[in-house]
Amino acid sequence: MSQVDLRQFHQTFFDESLEGLDAMESALLKLDSDAADAELVNTIFRAAHSIKGGSATFGFQEIAAFTHVAEELLDGVRSGKRAVTVDVVELLLRCVDALRSMFARVRVGAASADPASDGLLDELRQHLSVGTAIATSAQATHTPLIDDASSDWEILFRAKPGLLRAGNDPLRMFRELAQLGELGVHAHVQGIPVLDQIDPEQCYLAWDLRLAGTVKRQQIDAVFEWAEGDCELVIARQASAAPAANAARPLAAAAGTTIASASCDLVTTSPGADKPTPLRHENVTGSAVAESGSIRVNIDKVDALINMVGELVITQSMLGQLGEHFEASRLEALRAGLNQLERNTRELQESVMRIRMLPISFVFQRFPRLVRDLSLKLGKQVNLELHGEQTELDKTVLEKIGDPLVHLVRNAVDHGFETPERRVAAGKNPTGTLRLDAFHQGGNITVEVSDDGAGLNRDAIARKAIERGLIASADGLSDDEVAELIFQPGFSTAEATTDLSGRGVGMDVVRRNVNELRGSVAVQTKAGSGSVFTITLPLTLAIIDGLTAAVGNESYIVPLVAVVESLQIKRAQITRLGAGREVFRFREEVLPIIPLHTVFGCRGAVSDPCDGIVIVVEGDGARAGLLVDALLGQQQAVIKSLETHYQRVQGLSGATILGDGSIALIVDVAGLVRLAHRKQAA
Amino acid sequence: MKPMQARVANTQAKVLNQYLTFALAGEDYGVDILAVREIRGWSRVTRIPQSPSFILGVLNLRGAIVPIMDLRARFNLPEQARDELTVTIIVAIAGRHFGMVVDAVSDVLDVDPEQVCAVPDFGPVVDTEYLSGLVPSGERMVLLLQVDKLLRTEEWQQLDKALPVLEHAVAVPEATN
Repeated sequence: MSQVDLRQFHQTFFDESLEGLDAMESALLKLDSDAADAELVNTIFRAAHSIKGGSATFGFQEIAAFTHVAEELLDGVRSGKRAVTVDVVELLLRCVDALRSMFARVRVGAASADPASDGLLDELRQHLSVGTAIATSAQATHTPLIDDASSDWEILFRAKPGLLRAGNDPLRMFRELAQLGELGVHAHVQGIPVLDQIDPEQCYLAWDLRLAGTVKRQQIDAVFEWAEGDCELVIARQASAAPAANAARPLAAAAGTTIASASCDLVTTSPGADKPTPLRHENVTGSAVAESGSIRVNIDKVDALINMVGELVITQSMLGQLGEHFEASRLEALRAGLNQLERNTRELQESVMRIRMLPISFVFQRFPRLVRDLSLKLGKQVNLELHGEQTELDKTVLEKIGDPLVHLVRNAVDHGFETPERRVAAGKNPTGTLRLDAFHQGGNITVEVSDDGAGLNRDAIARKAIERGLIASADGLSDDEVAELIFQPGFSTAEATTDLSGRGVGMDVVRRNVNELRGSVAVQTKAGSGSVFTITLPLTLAIIDGLTAAVGNESYIVPLVAVVESLQIKRAQITRLGAGREVFRFREEVLPIIPLHTVFGCRGAVSDPCDGIVIVVEGDGARAGLLVDALLGQQQAVIKSLETHYQRVQGLSGATILGDGSIALIVDVAGLVRLAHRKQAA
Repeated sequence: MKPMQARVANTQAKVLNQYLTFALAGEDYGVDILAVREIRGWSRVTRIPQSPSFILGVLNLRGAIVPIMDLRARFNLPEQARDELTVTIIVAIAGRHFGMVVDAVSDVLDVDPEQVCAVPDFGPVVDTEYLSGLVPSGERMVLLLQVDKLLRTEEWQQLDKALPVLEHAVAVPEATN
């Protein structure tokens, strides 16, 4: 074993451990609100235990040692000797944080020791001793639980049939025990079946072990660490007191039946018995670490992909055969083959895109903790509801939507919700409800953050906006229009800057981040009953449906999602505002005309709006007309960034490669519309 | 060209740098061959709006969108019609690719670092900061280019600002809604 380079497994170990920590965290948060649920406690314990075992194996001793202490605390909770108090949960949550940062360190090859973790470790130890003291005083007649190393141990070890198959060798374990102290072994052979029924890969034995000498409980635990789950194990101090010994005896005799912690100084460990599901199933898909470059893909998606490729190969060979002896009479077959190829390609493309799709729960899962911490800190009562967690989003979108969402959630808890007293005074439930909802809508994903708090304060916003010179007066503006002002750069309503939000980086950053994802954000609010922030995002960043438009001798692609309508306008609809600026009447609206040829400096293009085509587009909740020469058609475009090798270009969101290998540029509709309307606001 | 044996002996004695040399407006330039990704004939590019004049546009390089720079325009040299000798040298610096359009490629030159002379002041014709040195090759001098200096995007962006800003081009109504 020592020859194997364990480093190759590190990445997987880190991923799994971080998943384990996520599972611990979410279970801890549930523990917080519910009564102590045994299954939840077990989940937490198992996660901690796997991390401990793994880090010891891979030589991350600090992590192992730290987890060990945390695990001890958890063990107390699990066996019911320690109550689940808010303090314990809080402490364990901080342990999760500390472990995360330790993993982050070892991941980059730094020493895992974290200054913060030492303090936490002391706190844990303190907690442990205090907790034990309580337990002791509560059961004053019994001997204390603390391991004093001086006594002898009695161990009942009964192998479950699968013990050997899991790679555990009892002999090796006994040898290890023998090194700790004087070991006496007595094997129970009653379980062995008759010879022709023996499965040679199974273990039918049970042992009574007596270990004398200065041995700590942890040392024994360490020996049986990996066998846990594959055996029944009772470790007890060899009692000098006769009743306890008697209590242990019948247990040993009746081993195989459920082992309960019958006596106080009998510490039972019966893992496996209460493990209905393995831990991995708690959190099937990958870790939510944003920086990780790898992606875990559901096997179904991979299978679908393989099927698709198979079909593609068939189509290809069919077309190949057709091409070898081609004659005009087989044109129909060629057409059919090409159609099939097109369908295969599209399906393949779709399933490849699906690989990048991950459920939004990766982002949502951080909110229970966030909301809990924030509401505790602010003395508010907030109940978080998550909906549509399985809605899938492109990985890139997912990674970038986290921060804006955190901002919205923080804002809601910090500014949105009233204090419980105020809520009661307003005739509302003292506990506010924050709802996160994700769902598909058309070609988009919509994420809503809604609260039933106080709603946005129209007067405060209007006052601030006037102060900042954003508007002259709020008269005649609807509530939503006023609310819209909070997305303006530099706007922040927080009266006092708090630690949590209102640091000046406000909603304008949220809007900009969302815009960068080619999405949009809007707000609806009602004074006294809360506000709803709606983020609309494209399904994927990589492919769009586009409208190809000619401008001069160049062609540009306008994303179809932004297109409202395209039309030829009449002279009468146009109003000239001087300096070549024109607006036109579109139904009940007056929209600015953005002549693409001027914006992009194209030569030989149509400059009279009446001679060209006006594409009415919508971006950022506002509309405008793009003047182009003609429409060339509709096509799917794979978006390529211009920034990879060049730089960001104003007015363009990227480029795509056309069928003939040439490049067409994609128009950044939201950017152009924003620009047109910013001028208007100024 | 030196005799083969002399070259081999030389290689053993010293570390030689190899440069790809090309012609531009009658001068020979050299670019570090390790930065060169490929050499391709001139092909049409897609113009990029809001770009400095020496950026001709972008090219599809096996799926990557790569900007193409006209080196004559970059150095304020007179324009010349593109012919069959015109080539685009694709170079990569720090993971970013870009193409340089030059009159013609010539040779690969082994350069002994000790032979490289400092750049004298060329006056306004060529910005000397894009040159790392001069090296004699036969009767001629080869100007060694510092490709990464050509790629500095801050400078491109400054040039961007000098261009007419997009906002002027956008029609603005006095009052909508």
